Amino acid sequence: MLELTTTRHNHLIDPGVHVWGWEIPIYLFVGGLVAGMMVITGYLLLTGRFRGRESVARSLPLISLIVLSAGMLALFLDLEHKLYFWRLYTTFEITSPMSWGAWILLLVYPALVAAMLIRPPSILGLWDGIVKLSGRVAADDRSVRWIGTLNVVLGVMLGIYTGILLSAMGSRPLWNSALLGPLFLTSGLSGAAAFVHMIARDRSESDLLVRADNGLLVVELVIIGLFLIGMTSASEAHIRAAGLFLGGSYTSVFWVFVVGAGIIFPLVLQLLMVRHKIRHTVVAPLLVVAGGIALRFIIVYAGQASHM
Amino acid sequence: MTAVSRRRFLKISTGATVGAVAVAGGSLRPAFSRPVEDGEVIRKIPTYCDVCFWKCGAIAYTRNGKLWKVEGNPADPLSRGRLCPRGTGGVGAHYDPDRLRTPLIRKNNRGEEEWVAVTWDEALTYIAEKMQAIKQQYGPESMALFSHGVGGTFLKHTVKAYGSPNIAAPSYAQCRGPREVGFNLTFGDAVYSPERTDIRNSKCLTLIGSHLGENMHNTQVQEFADAVGNGASVIVVDPRFSVAASKAKYYLPIKPGTDMALILAWMNVLVSEELYDKDYVEKYGFGFDAFKASIAGYTPEWAYPITTIAPQVIRDTAREMARYAPASLVHPGRHVTWYGDDAQRSRAIALLNALLGNWGRKGGFYTPTGMPVPGYDGYPAYPKPEREHVDNPGHAYPFADEELTTGIRNATITGEPYPIKGWMVYATNLLNALPNQEETIKAIQSLDLLVVVDVIPSEIAGWADVVLPESVYLERYDDLNAAPFREPFIALRQPVVESPDDQKPNWWIARELAKKLGLERYYPWTNIEEYLEARLAAGGYSFDGLKRDGIINGPKIPLYIEDGLEPVFYTPSGKIEFYSTQLAEHGLDPVPTFTEHPQPGPGQFRLLFGRAPMHSFGRTQTNPLLAEMMEENELWINKNVAGRYGLKSGDYTRLKNEDGVVSNRIRVKATERIRGDCVYMVHGFGHTAKGMRRAFGKGASDAELATKYVMDPVMGGTGMNVNFVTIELEGA
Amino acid sequence: MARFGMVIDTTRCVGCMDCVVACKTENDVPEGFCRDWITTEVKGEFPEVQMEIRSERCNHCDNPPCVYCCPTGASHVEEFGQTVQVTPEVCIGCKACLAACPYDARFINPKGYADKCTFCLHRVKEGLEPACVSVCPTQCMHFGDLDDPNSEVSRLIKSRDNHTLLPEAGTNPRIFFLT
Ligand SMILES: Nc1nc2c(c(=O)[nH]1)N[C@H]1C(S)=C(S)[C@@H](COP(=O)(O)OP(=O)(O)OC[C@H]3O[C@@H](n4cnc5c(=O)[nH]c(N)nc54)[C@H](O)[C@@H]3O)O[C@H]1N2
Ligand SMILES: Nc1nc2c(c(=O)[nH]1)N[C@H]1C(S)=C(S)[C@@H](COP(=O)(O)OP(=O)(O)OC[C@H]3O[C@@H](n4cnc5c(=O)[nH]c(N)nc54)[C@H](O)[C@@H]3O)O[C@H]1N2
Ligand code: SF4
Ligand code: SF4
Ligand code: SF4
Ligand code: SF4
Ligand code: SF4
Ligand SMILES: [Mo]
Repeated sequence: MLELTTTRHNHLIDPGVHVWGWEIPIYLFVGGLVAGMMVITGYLLLTGRFRGRESVARSLPLISLIVLSAGMLALFLDLEHKLYFWRLYTTFEITSPMSWGAWILLLVYPALVAAMLIRPPSILGLWDGIVKLSGRVAADDRSVRWIGTLNVVLGVMLGIYTGILLSAMGSRPLWNSALLGPLFLTSGLSGAAAFVHMIARDRSESDLLVRADNGLLVVELVIIGLFLIGMTSASEAHIRAAGLFLGGSYTSVFWVFVVGAGIIFPLVLQLLMVRHKIRHTVVAPLLVVAGGIALRFIIVYAGQASHM
Repeated sequence: MTAVSRRRFLKISTGATVGAVAVAGGSLRPAFSRPVEDGEVIRKIPTYCDVCFWKCGAIAYTRNGKLWKVEGNPADPLSRGRLCPRGTGGVGAHYDPDRLRTPLIRKNNRGEEEWVAVTWDEALTYIAEKMQAIKQQYGPESMALFSHGVGGTFLKHTVKAYGSPNIAAPSYAQCRGPREVGFNLTFGDAVYSPERTDIRNSKCLTLIGSHLGENMHNTQVQEFADAVGNGASVIVVDPRFSVAASKAKYYLPIKPGTDMALILAWMNVLVSEELYDKDYVEKYGFGFDAFKASIAGYTPEWAYPITTIAPQVIRDTAREMARYAPASLVHPGRHVTWYGDDAQRSRAIALLNALLGNWGRKGGFYTPTGMPVPGYDGYPAYPKPEREHVDNPGHAYPFADEELTTGIRNATITGEPYPIKGWMVYATNLLNALPNQEETIKAIQSLDLLVVVDVIPSEIAGWADVVLPESVYLERYDDLNAAPFREPFIALRQPVVESPDDQKPNWWIARELAKKLGLERYYPWTNIEEYLEARLAAGGYSFDGLKRDGIINGPKIPLYIEDGLEPVFYTPSGKIEFYSTQLAEHGLDPVPTFTEHPQPGPGQFRLLFGRAPMHSFGRTQTNPLLAEMMEENELWINKNVAGRYGLKSGDYTRLKNEDGVVSNRIRVKATERIRGDCVYMVHGFGHTAKGMRRAFGKGASDAELATKYVMDPVMGGTGMNVNFVTIELEGA
Repeated sequence: MARFGMVIDTTRCVGCMDCVVACKTENDVPEGFCRDWITTEVKGEFPEVQMEIRSERCNHCDNPPCVYCCPTGASHVEEFGQTVQVTPEVCIGCKACLAACPYDARFINPKGYADKCTFCLHRVKEGLEPACVSVCPTQCMHFGDLDDPNSEVSRLIKSRDNHTLLPEAGTNPRIFFLT
């Protein structure tokens, strides 16, 4: 038996790190969602579907911009030394995922603006210049392809980054898995698919999104399985970390909210939708989105509780 | 500023003032730049520490006139430049937000802690009037002073001038009294404080309870670490796996209350196996044959069922001690008031040491010397009290050689042998220090006057009629410290910063009170600096030099028989008394014998207590720096036992003693570090004084649970490890 | 260039926390936080118990994840003694380094930046020992240049059994505990 006591009294890190509150999970969720929406936008641009009269391509970039800015606000709120925020952009730290993230986000904004130009949302139609410019860009296949590709690439980078931010932390065994990046990317794509499904008007887009989402949800389940198997067969610290979901304090929230209500249940509903057994409703996609949020919260919180 | 100009600055600046180093230019201050900004002025002022009674030499730093930090004074032989955590945290005593700020006079009933803030003049006038009334009605002896520590010097002077001989401190009958008496009876000399133990040079060190490392008396801990570092063989006897035990070669998890049996068995082994220092005993011993006969039956086999220590372990450890003798020290302990036969147990420890031949020898007990500093010349003689000390009527405790706190308390309650009507209490929290709080409160309720001089609103202050706020040690002068030690020295305490409010130093209080009592002739000096200067000048020392250095070091002195220093034994026989005729004359055991002490019944635990390194008794719990190191105490329970009660570390529980006293809630520490028949907590927590805001209600108080105590028939000490408790499960 | 490290003799340390108090006063560590702390590890069953007491702090790792994850360069390896330091004026308080440190050695100073043990370089530069080292009553702490084979720290590491904390974290800590 080992009796371990410490006299440390830094309240943010004792007994487990709790340096990150709601802001970071929200930021990570939003990052994943925007990443997914960028991929979808890019796909719509590259496949020409954006030309459809009711295509969501018209609203996605703007929504992404707004949502992303909200995420950035959350990130900003989390900073303890807010006035020094600009220091992020006086350097590029190649080993720091957060530095990568900061710069990726800086590139995401123009990509989104460019995508927005192709099918400007109706409010932007008020300005003549923009309408003209947009017409010219939309007509130029090469520009559209460029912008589409840029959105897909940056979207994927953003999605992976949200996972890598945590998985680079060797100090927190729960995060320290190569599968966390893919997990967050998949979850981000799935969340985006679900979200876009909710706002999509074009029937064929909806069907496509549901099918894509179902696939993503299945992949996500598989990754979660592999993630836990990987943990339980690694070091003692990892086994203890996995224990948080396998009987430990995060077990019920994880299995009920993330896996049950966030993946399996909506998957069943959406499979029925695809078979046209039930109508498209917002219930399933809402659950997927909520599951995505829950996943970020639980991984961030449980990860901070895990310890080498 | 460059290094060169800094040096120049040092040279031109006066006294101990040094300039802060300017930080190298550039827009960014390097992360590791010193915590001193450009242009700040750092001053270093030597003084000596008062967070406990060890009195380590220290150097206090101020930054722009504000107290910054306190370090050890390298010139000081006690601290060797390193303070203990409490000394380092002494800064917090100055900044303590719970400090007393102005004199207070009681508003309602005693103990309700409702006050009217008054001026010093009002407070002292009030006290003087009451004291004069007591003198007139009952005689000056009816005023008693309880005083602990060097700060009491001048109040003692005032009280003696007033005419009372009744002055006591808990450091005798509740602490080291039995040890001093036991050693005196044996060697004709006491151990004293700082202890004359040559731990540094010990090759084998036996600690019976003495939990060095938790008991943080600085020099002792430093020397203990040195001994461990030198590979000394350490033997620790403790029901609890103390910090010291973790350094030990032999850990003896003794059943509490049975140490006497172990010591007797050790002596039996040393004598029967002829391992003792025969030449030494022959040369210096008296009554050895009677002693030998008397301990013949105390074999390890006999001791085993009593102590639970296996006979082989007792033999092995006795042989281990003998192997390294005379550099083999059985530590005499300090807080030894455990079971009521403590003077005899201390005597047994003294005899064990005598068998090892270590008194006066390197690695054993050295012979300390102090610097010769004359007392203040020019005080008138004190009036001769008409009645003798009140505390020990009929000399019921024949070997008590200091006044007994509980004796004064008894007299206060009973009025016998004569009434005590006034208490002045300086720097001792009697409610925390004396056993049985009910008796203390009963005594207080029969007083006409209770004055408490303190720095924080302690429990005892809460019962006072008048509370006087003292300046903390970093804000005042006190008397010199020239305690006998292995290297003679004189240390000065001097103010580093000013008191933040209307607090005053003890010398001022004592002097002003004397003036109000019409005793000004006892204070021919007007300022303590005059007093100190006079004393130092009489000894041929420079006050200015001492103010600058904090310490005057004396010449190296011979310490051991090995240095040619023959020991002198101030006993009746002039020798080490293996057999004590003095004790026999008083019908007490001339050679220690074993007395069995009651053991806890089923479901009961013996309550043990001790020290935590970062706290001094109950006086540091509101010090913000030290409180942060340990906010509340924990109840140590053996892990298996805790499991049986469904308790785990961190749970709260309460204790109930045999008299039905229920403690405040206390956190459980379920641990492999303690026996199953006792529980342990750090003394000094569970404060009930409202004004001690930071400490109020945190942890439990051993003092509150110590309702039972056993009087030591030899010298009147109070054995307090005799309280049994049960565990009261706490809902929340 | 020197590479500072510490060697702490757990056989001498008594867990008194003097090092913690000294660090707090020396460096004005705000209330509620600490740059160093004591860990006690107890093994065995009563009375066969072993106990190790350690004074712990930032290990100034040779391979410091806190530096790698810092997006601004505030956390950096300082040339002087190759120590890991934080520049408050560059730190944005993102807490990545807090999460990345396997030893939980860092905290956010109420002023907003990441804070931790500096090895008291301001003292070392003046030829003094770090505050915690110089105060320790058991003299169980040693500070010096690990790259100098003749330094006390190097000699102690060579001559005595020792271990670092969480070597499996791959951080190559530079505080060695003698056992
Ligand atoms: N940090 C700090 N240090 C201090 C003080 C302080 O307040 N704070 N106070 C100072 C003062 S004035 C004193 S007197 C000393 C006291 O310090 P010590 O003289 O060392 O104190 P004790 O009360 O003898 O020791 C308590 C230890 O005795 C053990 N013990 C209890 N009962 C028994 C028993 O029956 N047999 C044996 N063998 N062991 C037992 C306990 O488990 C505990 O480990 O500390 C001094 N040092
Ligand atoms: N239950 C129990 N009783 C014990 C002990 C125990 O361990 N348990 N230990 C015993 C021992 S070993 C001893 S030595 C005694 C110690 O007994 P005390 O010396 O009475 O120790 P404290 O209880 O800390 O009380 C000290 C008081 O002095 C005040 N004080 C501190 N600094 C100053 C100052 O500069 N000026 C003034 N005027 N006041 C100051 C403090 O605020 C506090 O109220 O207790 C003994 N009694
Ligand atoms: S032992 Fe500690 S508290 Fe006591 S005088 Fe020395 S430094 Fe101060
Ligand atoms: S000051 Fe020294 S002995 Fe005390 S805890 Fe720190 S390292 Fe250990
Ligand atoms: S101990 Fe932690 S903070 Fe210090 S260098 Fe290593 S990883 Fe960084
Ligand atoms: S909190 Fe400061 S030092 Fe730490 S990673 Fe963020 S910017 Fe760097
Ligand atoms: S080296 Fe300095 S900063 Fe680091 S723990 Fe020690 S005292 Fe604190
Ligand atoms: Mo004491």
